Amino acid sequence: MTVAHRLPPSVGGRWLALSAVTAAWAAAYWVNGWLWDLLLYDALGLARTARSTETIHFFLYDSIKIVLMLVGIIFVVTVLRSYLSIERTRAMLGGRREGAGNVLAAGLGVVTPFCSCSAVPAFIGFVAAGVPIGVTLSFLIASPLVNELAVGMLFALFGWRIAAVYVLAGLAVAIAGGWILGRLGAQRWVEPFVFETRLGGQVVDSAEGLGFDERVQMGVEEVGSILRKIWPYLLAGIGVGAAIHGWAPESFFADHAGRGNAFGVLVAVVVGIPLYSNAAGVMPLVLALHDKGLPMGTLLAFMMSVVALSLPELILLRRVLRPQLLAAFVGVVGAGIVAVGYLFNAVLG
Amino acid sequence: MIIKVLGPGCANCLTLERRAREAVDALGLDATIEKVEDFPTIVGYGVLATPALVVDEKVVVSGRVPTTAGLRDLLSGRAA
Repeated sequence: MTVAHRLPPSVGGRWLALSAVTAAWAAAYWVNGWLWDLLLYDALGLARTARSTETIHFFLYDSIKIVLMLVGIIFVVTVLRSYLSIERTRAMLGGRREGAGNVLAAGLGVVTPFCSCSAVPAFIGFVAAGVPIGVTLSFLIASPLVNELAVGMLFALFGWRIAAVYVLAGLAVAIAGGWILGRLGAQRWVEPFVFETRLGGQVVDSAEGLGFDERVQMGVEEVGSILRKIWPYLLAGIGVGAAIHGWAPESFFADHAGRGNAFGVLVAVVVGIPLYSNAAGVMPLVLALHDKGLPMGTLLAFMMSVVALSLPELILLRRVLRPQLLAAFVGVVGAGIVAVGYLFNAVLG
Repeated sequence: MIIKVLGPGCANCLTLERRAREAVDALGLDATIEKVEDFPTIVGYGVLATPALVVDEKVVVSGRVPTTAGLRDLLSGRAA
């Protein structure tokens, strides 16, 4: 039984069902806002300022808030993105020159539905369509770096300015990174079989022939599959976040990675690269560290390094990129993220 | 009927393979299911987004994992 089968048959009924679900979501969000205050402080009579209460409150309130945000954001983003596809993106990028091509590729990297497990066929397909390597790399950098979940959650938790800053900074790193790698002659370090592979027959457009029901169905499934995939990361993130929130001494992080420490951003990025989590798992940590007084630039850099550079994706990319290019890829993206961190620490104050 | 699941072995590819098998069993089709993990071959089908499903050398799904019910509809249409 699929969701599409369960949807009411009439168009009006469908809108009604979607509206009802939206209202239920909003109600849950609203209830979460005051329920825990009521329960912990008023009903149980716990002291508002006690460390243990703060930890419990953070855990309950923020985990539910974050899960609700995730459900809403994943659903909306999946339905919207189902109108785009990697094949359409490729068609738009075919024959573009470097420069303008890098900008377009980075932008499309953000909005095209793309799983890093498709990185290799996409890479080969782009190259076969005559997309320059540097432009292709801009796409591959932007796609995980400007993560739609991260954008949505930054917007929800820190406001639109921080979210906008994150998107623009990510785009800048992707555009500059791809362009620099292209200039360095990335061509030489691509495995030769990539240039010999020919795309067979008609390229299949994965977004073709989908009805609205199917898109809704995809949205619902994506919510389920992402939550199933990330819940351990999410729980760990919220757990650590809650512990930091309640127990880490106020000055600990600020002293070691705060404004006073010139290497703060560098430390955050070096710690973040090997950490394999996703935007959802990192967000509770970012939230808790922000409350502890870490500057936003450092936190954005930390988050970017966690989501943009991950070992599994690098192992896949190794199939098409030689070690030299892979190292340059990590180096350029890492350096870009560090630059973003320092820049925003200076600008956002 | 020859069904091929195209993909490098990520979670989505395994899910697609499992659902395809369920759909085949439910329909009682006489079909073999093969896995294709070799990138030049995958791209050779014109597929840029994995996982993809190929039925009798024709790509029917690319870049997403349909439900078992969806696959059943798809396969029964092909078998007829």
